[in-house]
Amino acid sequence: MTAFILLRILQAIPVMLVVSLVSFLMFAHVGDPVAIMLGQDHTPEQREALVRDLGLDQPVLVQYWRFLGNAIAGDFGLSYRLSRPVAELIAERAPATLELAFTAAALALLVGVPMGVYTGLYRNSWISRLFLTFSLIGVSLPTFLIGILLILVFSVWLGWLPSFGRGETVQIGWWTTGFLTWSGIKALILPAITLGLFQLTLIMRLVRAEMLEVLRTDYIRFARARGLSNRAVHFGHALRNTLVPVITIAGLQLGAIIAFAIVTETVFQWPGMGLLFIQSVGAADIPVMAAYLLLIAAVFVTINLVVDLLYYAVDPRLRADRGAAGAGGR
Amino acid sequence: MAPPLLEVRDLRVEFPTRRGVLTALDGVSFAIEAGEVLGVVGESGAGKSMTGAAIIGLIEPPGRIAGGQILLEGRRIDDLPYERLRRIRGREIGAIFQDPLTTLNPLYTVGEQLEETMLTHLPIGREEARRRAVGWLERVGIPAAAQRIGSYPHEFSGGMRQRVVIALALCAEPKLVIADEPTTALDVSIQAQIIALLKGLTRERGTAVMLITHDMGVIAETADRVAVMYAGRIAEIGPVREVVKHPRHPYTAGLMASIPPLDRRVERLAQIEGAMPRLSEIPPGCAFHPRCPQAFDRCRRERPGLLDAGGTRAACWLHLDRAGRHA
Amino acid sequence: MALPGAAAALLARWRESDLWWSFRRSPVAVGAALVALLCIGGALLAPWIAPHDPFDLAGLDLSNAFKPPAWDAEGDPAFPLGTDGQGRDVLSAILYGARISLLVGLSATAFATLLGVLLGLVAGYAGGTADAVLMRIADVQLTFPSILVALLVNGVVQASLPRELHGALALYVVIFAIGISEWPKFARTVRGSTLVERNKEYVLAARVIGLGRARIMLTHVLPNVLGPVLVIATLNLGLAILAEATLSFLGVGVPPTQPSLGTLIRIGNDFLFSGEWWITIFPGAALVAMVLSVNLLGDWLRDALNPKLR
Repeated sequence: MTAFILLRILQAIPVMLVVSLVSFLMFAHVGDPVAIMLGQDHTPEQREALVRDLGLDQPVLVQYWRFLGNAIAGDFGLSYRLSRPVAELIAERAPATLELAFTAAALALLVGVPMGVYTGLYRNSWISRLFLTFSLIGVSLPTFLIGILLILVFSVWLGWLPSFGRGETVQIGWWTTGFLTWSGIKALILPAITLGLFQLTLIMRLVRAEMLEVLRTDYIRFARARGLSNRAVHFGHALRNTLVPVITIAGLQLGAIIAFAIVTETVFQWPGMGLLFIQSVGAADIPVMAAYLLLIAAVFVTINLVVDLLYYAVDPRLRADRGAAGAGGR
Repeated sequence: MAPPLLEVRDLRVEFPTRRGVLTALDGVSFAIEAGEVLGVVGESGAGKSMTGAAIIGLIEPPGRIAGGQILLEGRRIDDLPYERLRRIRGREIGAIFQDPLTTLNPLYTVGEQLEETMLTHLPIGREEARRRAVGWLERVGIPAAAQRIGSYPHEFSGGMRQRVVIALALCAEPKLVIADEPTTALDVSIQAQIIALLKGLTRERGTAVMLITHDMGVIAETADRVAVMYAGRIAEIGPVREVVKHPRHPYTAGLMASIPPLDRRVERLAQIEGAMPRLSEIPPGCAFHPRCPQAFDRCRRERPGLLDAGGTRAACWLHLDRAGRHA
Repeated sequence: MALPGAAAALLARWRESDLWWSFRRSPVAVGAALVALLCIGGALLAPWIAPHDPFDLAGLDLSNAFKPPAWDAEGDPAFPLGTDGQGRDVLSAILYGARISLLVGLSATAFATLLGVLLGLVAGYAGGTADAVLMRIADVQLTFPSILVALLVNGVVQASLPRELHGALALYVVIFAIGISEWPKFARTVRGSTLVERNKEYVLAARVIGLGRARIMLTHVLPNVLGPVLVIATLNLGLAILAEATLSFLGVGVPPTQPSLGTLIRIGNDFLFSGEWWITIFPGAALVAMVLSVNLLGDWLRDALNPKLR
């Protein structure tokens, strides 16, 4: 078990190194950071001083090494656009994005999985057809358009829910939360639906496809032949066997939620990391982009690790260290 | 007279497809008495497994029972609502499938699967179920059963898994077990052991067996009576000894010739021209007539029912008048 | 006249094929094909069928600004779907915008397909280090959502280009970024199929008679992996159009001088609160019609070519 986790972490390291290299190359070599930082008017001496400060006169490997060290220490330099430490900017924005992503993910899973199970079990009922049609529209509607439609209906026409911002937030240590105020929760509803809807339809379709696949297997037929109740067959035997692929995709999708938050945050002017990132892209603010990239990579690697651990919990075939005495053949 | 344990009357199973309705089973009738072993043989696609699936009500949609009756101890079970039939499956009719590697749920221990089956059908508690589960593993010959009860299916070999499947089929003490090619997927060296195990356990408990296989050797050793199926119909049915030694139906005769005989000439008998027709191309009259060396006019026009052929019953016009050709 | 003859023969073959049979039997596929044709036709013919030229600044009249759709009491039949804040005809803008969206979607998909198929063939056929490196890159990239990759590539390329070239190259940068973000899907599929094909007798036979590697890959292996590639490409077209729309909506996509549907939606979004919903909703509807029809066609194609998946 411990060895398994260690192996996984070791395997994640190359991914992080590749991503950090890309970030570094962006950081140091895209455009002319010195010119951007100094602005239009500067003397050659000023320029040289800054080049030395940034370590740009050192060999590339040394620069990369230093970049890595700084990154691990949480130092990503100053934002070109806002002239503030990137780490500080991100820490400020992270709670907004994480709360939004968490709510959207919960929505996608808690609604998507039951819908998928239902449509898998009762594939010909009219409710299933309705769900499927809805899901097809769901995957064809771009996130931003969903947001715009929701705003149009619930903010502009009905006036029930706010269309931008987080509402009132409460400060807990360095974390700001919108969960504790009524206006914070109201502000969260539309963005969370916008962000979660695509993943919801995706998870629903996935669970449905897996259910159909599993329901055709011999062991489900045998479970029926043993006279087990429908409940036991569907939920005990079928659903549990769909979990492995569902966990994989759902895990990756939860990661995707954080990335897609960029779009949702733009539509709703949600003060999170995604909005910060897109503003940085517009202004070619490379340090922020590099830090965001690394952060997202870290999130993905963590999610992958959690997914692997969940596999381990769900599927006994992966627990190779159990005594397999007498396990001849396949 | 008490009704037989299982009686199948004129069973018809259809599959609607985009090119018309296929008839997978057509007019299949037979009975199994308590404690009896009925062998069902035939080529693949002859309808053996379909008959088994129909009896336990597990025909894959869109297939459906389109006619006939299935009676268990005189009660009809083919028209029962799903929930009533479910209580019969496992409890009164057990089932064993072909491939033990795919029949067991990989995510549950064999103990859990045994206990779950018994708790569903028998009025016993968890403790008792666990105790019996160990007993069943011992009975089917799993060494160190008490330790292996917590093992997952992938930790057993194929032969061991089929033993577990047999335990699962018998653990709720059914009166009839439908064993659908129980040894086909196994190593040749293990096949005899599994058949012996199945035979021993069912004889002990007086459990009837419907043994579906294409291996005539297994039937000859195990079954009391045998039904030979061809193109979704029963061609011949009767005591094993009679069918093997004196087949009345030309198809059965051809089939018997496929077992290397020791006391007969081989060249002439080993050959049945052609192949079994596909379900979409079953000819009118007797389904076997295009391949039958003795076919005559009536065989092409009219379908024969099961006729008394002396010792066995055969679906063949040759036996319309027993006193005629076959004395 | 060999060409019409060959075309007729091809048509005849197509009409006897299972694909055509399954197409005619699927009302969804036929409907989707009609909508897709309508979208594509409208986009291609925009210069001839659009009632106004949205790029003709001289033709704009501010007094026509914010006209609602024609069926509204205040609408003007000259502007069937209303006008935007500068008096530009929304319908014409949509037709021209669809042109840009389709252009970017098709080009990016073509680019991704070409790149992916090529790298997939190389990885699958050559094996060894090339395979390991290419697939590792694909794995890492697949870990991230493609829209994020497209955003980053787009941002980095933009930042490294001299400012004066931005306007001229922005469209190509977007195509490049979206194409780059989608190639691993193709490469993986092609590599998988190549691995299977590589060891089949006919490839070994081709090798034995001394055909070159490139020749074997292109004439023997490639035709056998094209089926799945076609399916992925169709499904990918919808994704690419959405990716372009998303980038443009975020303001980092195609240049404002060549507005796509995404750009129109972004511009219209500002007027949502003042009640001029048509400026954003109609381009949105056009986008959804286009993507939905392409997706439905892709779904149908996948099922038709792959009966196993029902």
